[in-house]
Amino acid sequence: MSKQVRAIVIAGNGTNCERETAHAIRLGGAEVVDIVHISELLSGRVQLQGYHFLNLAGGFLDGDDLGSAKAGANRLLHAPIKDSEEHLSEHLRKFIADGKLIMGVCNGFQLMVKMGLLPALGKDFSQTTTLTFNDNGRFEDRWVYLKADPASPCIFTRGLDGITLPVRHGEGKLVVDSDATLATIEEKHLGVLKYCLPDYSATTQDYPLNPNGSTAAIAGLCDETGRLFGLMPHPEAYVHRTHHPRWTREEDLPEEGMGLWLYQNAVRFIRDELL
Amino acid sequence: MAWRVEVGLKEGIRDARGERVKREIHEHLGIALDQVKTIDVYTIDADLSQQVVEAAAQGPFSDPVIQNYAINRPLASQFDVLIEVGFRPGVTDNVGRTSREALQYLVGHPLDAHEGVFTSVQYLLTGRIDEDTAERIAAGFLGNSLIQRWTIIPGADFNRNTGVPVTVPRVVSTAEPKVLEIDLNVSDEELMRISREGVLALNLEEMKVIQAFANDPQNQAERIKVGLTAGLTDVELEALAQTWSEHCKHKIFSAKINYDDGTGHTETIDSLFKTFIVGVTRDVRAAKGKDDFCLSVFKDNAGVIRFNDDWSLVFKVETHNSPSALDPYGGALTGIVGVNRDPFGTGMGARLIFNTDVFCFASPFYKEPLPPRLLHPRRIFEGVVEGVEHGGNKSGVPTVNGSIVFDDRFAGKPLVYCGTAALMPAKLHGKPGHVKLARVGDHILMVGGRIGKDGIHGATFSSEELHEGSPATAVQIGDPITQKRMFDFLIIARDRGLYNSITDNGAGGLSSSVGEMAEDTGGFELHLDRAPLKYSGLQPWEILISEAQERMTVAVPDDKVEAFIALAKEMDVEATDLGVFNDSGYYHCLYKGKTVTYLPMEFLHQGVPQLNLQARWEEREFQEPEFSQPLDMNATLRHMLARLNICSKESVVRRYDHEVQAGTVLKPLVGVANDGPADAAMIRPLPDSFEGIVVAHGITPSYSDIDTYHMMACAIDEGLRNYVAVGGNIDHVAGLDNFCWCDPVQSERTPDGEYKAAQLVRANKALYEYCLAFGVPLISGKDSMKNDYQIGNTKISIPPTVLFSVIGKVDDIRKGVTMDAKRPGDLVYLLGTTRNELGASEYYDMLGHLGKNVPKVDAASALQRYRSVNQAQKLGLMASCHDLSDGGLGVALAETAFAGGLGMHVDLGKVKCNEVLREDAVLFSESASRLLVTVRPDNQAAFEELFAGQDLCLLGSVTEDKELRIIGLGGAILVRAHIDDLKEAWQAPLREM
Repeated sequence: MSKQVRAIVIAGNGTNCERETAHAIRLGGAEVVDIVHISELLSGRVQLQGYHFLNLAGGFLDGDDLGSAKAGANRLLHAPIKDSEEHLSEHLRKFIADGKLIMGVCNGFQLMVKMGLLPALGKDFSQTTTLTFNDNGRFEDRWVYLKADPASPCIFTRGLDGITLPVRHGEGKLVVDSDATLATIEEKHLGVLKYCLPDYSATTQDYPLNPNGSTAAIAGLCDETGRLFGLMPHPEAYVHRTHHPRWTREEDLPEEGMGLWLYQNAVRFIRDELL
Repeated sequence: MAWRVEVGLKEGIRDARGERVKREIHEHLGIALDQVKTIDVYTIDADLSQQVVEAAAQGPFSDPVIQNYAINRPLASQFDVLIEVGFRPGVTDNVGRTSREALQYLVGHPLDAHEGVFTSVQYLLTGRIDEDTAERIAAGFLGNSLIQRWTIIPGADFNRNTGVPVTVPRVVSTAEPKVLEIDLNVSDEELMRISREGVLALNLEEMKVIQAFANDPQNQAERIKVGLTAGLTDVELEALAQTWSEHCKHKIFSAKINYDDGTGHTETIDSLFKTFIVGVTRDVRAAKGKDDFCLSVFKDNAGVIRFNDDWSLVFKVETHNSPSALDPYGGALTGIVGVNRDPFGTGMGARLIFNTDVFCFASPFYKEPLPPRLLHPRRIFEGVVEGVEHGGNKSGVPTVNGSIVFDDRFAGKPLVYCGTAALMPAKLHGKPGHVKLARVGDHILMVGGRIGKDGIHGATFSSEELHEGSPATAVQIGDPITQKRMFDFLIIARDRGLYNSITDNGAGGLSSSVGEMAEDTGGFELHLDRAPLKYSGLQPWEILISEAQERMTVAVPDDKVEAFIALAKEMDVEATDLGVFNDSGYYHCLYKGKTVTYLPMEFLHQGVPQLNLQARWEEREFQEPEFSQPLDMNATLRHMLARLNICSKESVVRRYDHEVQAGTVLKPLVGVANDGPADAAMIRPLPDSFEGIVVAHGITPSYSDIDTYHMMACAIDEGLRNYVAVGGNIDHVAGLDNFCWCDPVQSERTPDGEYKAAQLVRANKALYEYCLAFGVPLISGKDSMKNDYQIGNTKISIPPTVLFSVIGKVDDIRKGVTMDAKRPGDLVYLLGTTRNELGASEYYDMLGHLGKNVPKVDAASALQRYRSVNQAQKLGLMASCHDLSDGGLGVALAETAFAGGLGMHVDLGKVKCNEVLREDAVLFSESASRLLVTVRPDNQAAFEELFAGQDLCLLGSVTEDKELRIIGLGGAILVRAHIDDLKEAWQAPLREM
């Protein structure tokens, strides 16, 4: 039992991508992948501590009604656990302190940023960065190219040069609170995935390759430990060649989709370091 | 007291929403502004401390990185005009609901029922704006007076200390619930007045049937036993009107029609629905024998077919036209979340896997003056697209297939078709998943949203003006998140076996959902006063028929009620026990223990008298136009590609999440640059199987101007052709028919009703004949029969329109084929015969002609062709396949070439025609059942062998030179155009929408 990689995907209140995320983690090699409705955590029946890998999947938490993931962040920060003095946020801090992995995709990334979990420059998880409306003011579904930073501490992107994935969001533009924050992100190589040209040669600010006008073309962030990671594009949406928009014409596409690499890295890391 | 929290962007942060509003005000109204900035306003009507409000403003309401906030003082500065737009009382305010929940987490306890948060948006406009212009911007773009109200303050009059005055749009009602008794022993005129003034939409014959019921001594005796009097209550009359409405009973499709075919031959049709729609499905199923894949047709909220041993496939398509005309955003949003509930509430419940949407609009560039109360087509376009976008995206259901049809007659009524498919377990707790049955003693549980005055009497234009303090009843705004929570809960409840039956609350609300489920047991007892309300002051009849959204009705066995409610509560979903299903034989509602309806179930469901209709077809004199062929065919082709019905809809498609759930393997945009127009979508619903679903549709309303018979045939063929083009199995496909007609009942207002009824008969005859010929069962459908606009002397009727949706199965998604040319050297084939069929075509329409020769479908040869196409796909012989529809061969060639980023050289002389045709006719004829295919040279022999004896023309080849070159019939070059230029012409028209 103790040798199992255990992953949890939180569902509920507008999370939409829990099923395909769970599938991607399974393909990535995890032995246990549970989709858990948030009410199960808030009832105290299911505990975060029983897992190594927490996944915050895409969707529209509370409809993104107060800005993407804002109401969702408020819930995670303030919701009490039934019949106890504790809050879910404390369990989450413990999970992080234990060196376990968290990955947020799209709405999950927005959630992490708005809870201060990314880039987590200070120890107090205060929010320094946000994700807001795309420059064109619209939700869009399109495939983009991402260049990985080989010097990043991110454990999810180890060995990656570039990757193509779909974005599906209206609020994906990364904005920082100060130049200093951006400088720190860059210095510490936390902006691990950046929108780039189709040959992965250089990052870009140009629409539509940079679909939202993100600062420094940042599409994904990690914290200094490399164990907390979030990105706007959807890796769980490219785990098989038939997910690729041009699989009917690009005959040399590998069977395995590029998004799977991120999950494989996570599982490998857990097996090596946490089991 | 009420608090006002304003949230604005910090200095230097781009206001993308403001920029978009500025751009759109210019596009919609032609008003150029210098700047638009936006501020979000939260009006908190709750007893809270300053500290809590401060925490809310800082926390969930604002984002510290980009926003600042102010409490009870204004943020606005430096503007010429301020316009603040908020909802009217009682209108669904989703952001307000979420804000209220967020506050509850902060205070640590639930707010009181009367406490709430109301949201509004402030627009700060800079530029030269006088009073009139400001009002035009507010009424013509920022707000919709049906659901919203606004405050306009010029900069000079703005008080920088107090700002905009606090208004709390709470519903104020002092009405005491009461039940009225209606005296039906009155004259015929008086009966009709009761029907008209009550917006009951019952005709005299129906009113007289109800009158007779009330006067029956035996009925009276039964009623007196339960404390009623002989006269009917208003609750009963409303229940009858709702159950007998056109919307619920489909009286026109069930009518007895006397049809005269125009040659003196007459026949009587006893129900179009039973004769043609149910009839063809029965006959197709019989012909399929053991290969019949239908599981549940016409009896549930959606149709169900077999997918594999473990899963069944559910599909339903609805329209939401009238609400979308009034409030395009709310109407369309409600359309999509509403149709979501149909498959969800089919059988024991099903998980949603994709949406489809088809819109019919007038041109967004419409320049003519509009009659009163009509919104500009561009506003409708924007609002509907945004509504479906929010509905679909937020629900986590990919929108995978659709189209937009333009015809200026849709200015009178836009058509908004929304479809949803779902997957249900073939077996659930040992029983078929598509079977449900409420049992005697089961409790009636209402789940999800609360009841308000939303959508009472559907979307009938209420003659009553909306006034301050009165809730908007005409339109609803959907709430995808409340629905999503409810679905998350119900799927778990289903899997735990906590209920016996489920259905959705749509048209007719509880009256219809409980009434229908109670047909299983033969009666029910429903306590209206137990229903949770959004606000007080609802009358018992309003509770019964309210169409408030996001609600399902569930039959829960007595011993599971507790577990059901506990699970709901834990998952933040409201579930209320409203009564029981029984076998009393009565539709029995009570309010505070007192009986308010006592109607025999049989009378309610079988009592409606059959409508009688006259239908008379007349052969109209149409002529083919005479004109000479345009000299510049390059320009003509570009103009055709830029036609609204042909051009790229990419700007709309990208706004829909078409990939969530990770099952969309053939997406709506395909090709080398991901921007070619796919014919159909292919879905892989189960990640551990390569089995797939193909969904497509056909819609050809322009042909109705010549003959609805051929319109119907062409729509069926187009749907199947699109389906087959990507790999859909022609022998495992079902159809759904959605009729949108103009009023076909002869009257003073509709003097051509008999002709319109005949058009309806002819379309139904074609539906029967072609579905039978193609072997396609119909599994579900809907009709919307009054798509006319009439105010004063202006009448606009839509062209008779049928959306024919198809859904079916593929064994292996890896055999899917897209429409883009794949590689230089591939051979270009045309399958099918080209005829002189340009009647009502895009080409004729562009030149201002209607013509006469509407395309006709030869089902036998088409079916053979489609089967061969399936064979070729299975063997991997086709590199690309694209259907020929609007704009015919010319358009299909251009699209195939530029989607593939390759050229194409073809010879028009190789096109097989049934007679000698002019070049423009060959290029733009819309003859049905044709496909354009590219094939690798290695596969030439095998491919041609498959089509031996069929109409197969080798036109030329795919080239590297990015040039579409078409050799004319005389051997000279007819078209020679760079594919980038063709693509630009095709992409430009709606790019900025």
